[in-house]
Amino acid sequence: MSVLVFVEIKDKLTKAVQETITYGKSLGNVTLLTYGDVSDSLLLETGNFGAEHVLICKSINERNEQLLSNLIINAVKKYNCEYIVLSQDQTGKAVGPRVAANLEAGHISGAISFPEKSDEFIVKTNVFSGKAIAFVSVHTPIKVISILPNSIPPKENKTTALITEINEDLGEARIKVKELKPLGDGIPLPEAELVVSAGRGLKGPENWGIVEELANSLGATTACSRPVADIGWRPHHEHVGQTGVAIRPNLYIAAGISGAIQHLAGVNGSKVIVVINTDPEAPFFKAADYGIIGDAFEVLPRLTSAINNFKSSQ
Amino acid sequence: MKILVCISKVPDTTSKINFVDNNSKFDQNGVQYIVNPYDEWYALVRALELVESNGGTVTTITVGNSSDDPTIRKALAIGANDAVRINANPTDSYFVAKQIADYAANEDYDIIMTGKETIDYNGSQIGSMLSALLEMPFVSLASKLETEGSKAVLERDVQGGLEVVEVDFPFVLSASKGMAEQRIPNMRGIMAARTKPLKVIEPVEQKALTSVVKFELPNPKTGCKYVDPENMEELVELLHNESKVI
Ligand SMILES: Cc1cc2nc3c(=O)[nH]c(=O)nc-3n(C[C@H](O)[C@H](O)[C@H](O)COP(=O)(O)OP(=O)(O)OC[C@H]3O[C@@H](n4cnc5c(N)ncnc54)[C@H](O)[C@@H]3O)c2cc1C
Ligand SMILES: Nc1ncnc2c1ncn2[C@@H]1O[C@H](COP(=O)(O)O)[C@@H](O)[C@H]1O
Repeated sequence: MSVLVFVEIKDKLTKAVQETITYGKSLGNVTLLTYGDVSDSLLLETGNFGAEHVLICKSINERNEQLLSNLIINAVKKYNCEYIVLSQDQTGKAVGPRVAANLEAGHISGAISFPEKSDEFIVKTNVFSGKAIAFVSVHTPIKVISILPNSIPPKENKTTALITEINEDLGEARIKVKELKPLGDGIPLPEAELVVSAGRGLKGPENWGIVEELANSLGATTACSRPVADIGWRPHHEHVGQTGVAIRPNLYIAAGISGAIQHLAGVNGSKVIVVINTDPEAPFFKAADYGIIGDAFEVLPRLTSAINNFKSSQ
Repeated sequence: MKILVCISKVPDTTSKINFVDNNSKFDQNGVQYIVNPYDEWYALVRALELVESNGGTVTTITVGNSSDDPTIRKALAIGANDAVRINANPTDSYFVAKQIADYAANEDYDIIMTGKETIDYNGSQIGSMLSALLEMPFVSLASKLETEGSKAVLERDVQGGLEVVEVDFPFVLSASKGMAEQRIPNMRGIMAARTKPLKVIEPVEQKALTSVVKFELPNPKTGCKYVDPENMEELVELLHNESKVI
């Protein structure tokens, strides 16, 4: 089986990239496709996860879904690929369905498992904002699979990657990128393994210092509930839940959040949930692994210093 | 300016999720349907604002059967001029995209908007597929949209940041949070919606490329372990040794 794995590489092989190659490798021989200014040593590292052949198009230096879709489609045709694997991140959401529709290929959006052992090609995805799992069957010869970040453990599978630089006419870019406004250097929420989040219980934006201090000690990304973003205490991109970002970290710490069903919908994929709330009846405790009935203003600083002590004793 | 907004109906966010027929179908018993929040709060409202300041029309389109009509009327009550319903069960994303593309191909829309994703199937696919089928540029996860003549300036969510992009009409976008503020329909809007045109057209032939074989509910949490708020050393110990996440 010939598999095309499409990834974006900046200054290191992120977990999302490792997961995507691992998934591709489980389906067959991996041809990896990427673009932009990526060093050879990083490209070679993809071989550690099973990429045998690496195609790099250096002439594309910004994210343009139309050029990237054309790039992927050309490679699929040239190498007769049956599977196209990418990450269900912002780029994957923009490009994956476009490629699938162009090839009239079935598209799996947000796979959380390897294919089932069955005659049909069946993969699990999250639906109803994580409140249920669907088993989706693909009926077309070519299959496009976007995998949900943090669902597939990366596995080393050493091969030597052969690098080929490609340069093709992909048409004119009809979208002009004017400016990139970075959101800070932290790990973006959808990829974060550790997340510290707070809600209306924190009373006001001036109190977020204790949330950020805990996040800093842990190396975690910060998040918040929807009302907190709506009132402008925190930026919109931190809003998690059904109508915000959906996250699947290993650890989610929620302080002063009641645990409304719409909030849970975006965080119930977390492996371990810690809830800090003054109200023992807060619904969030039903979804928690560890609960602390207490005042966030006292508990958060205490937890931060416990983490700091733990880290310095390691 | 002619804008088309893709509207879908989804179970109310507080709905109990259950399945019937051997876990093959969503249990609709007692479920209230709403307009998908991304379609209503962000795409539709921004489309209305643009037309209010620049002139033009906002049409909504839905692939669904007559049980979708109440949610379509809700979109009309918020202010859309008219609605189209393609009379078919939305079997899979490609099927839906194909129906909308087939209709839109002959209508000269300047902007075609979808929501970021439906909150039931969470596919985030239709907008991207539409852009391929209509051979238009696609701005995904847009949180801001301004127009100047026949071009638009948008902000979109990319890895690690927000990107400002410029694109000429026509194009497709998917709308995410930030694009507009939710609007509550008023009595006049609700009355007017009853008589606004809702055109029903028949689908074109298209097989589904994917299907859901069955559903499953995730394993419930086994229970919460309470930790003394005075003793955060214990929590750290549990996170390190028991659940091994730090
Ligand atoms: C269609 C729809 C979509 C929605 N989407 C989302 C979404 O995506 N994400 C989201 O978060 N919400 C969403 N909501 C809103 C959701 O229903 C809740 O209103 C919201 O999550 C509540 O936020 P909160 O927990 O911060 O505030 P509250 O519900 O006000 O809870 C504050 C909590 O803080 C506790 N508290 C107070 N003081 C302290 C203290 N000193 N220490 C510790 N705890 C304290 C209180 O006991 C309480 O439990 C949506 C709602 C709708 C209708
Ligand atoms: N049956 C449908 N009819 C019209 N538009 C739809 C339909 N299903 C989805 N959409 C649109 O496509 C967007 C993305 O849906 P999805 O790809 O299913 O997550 C939604 O926010 C809607 O704008």
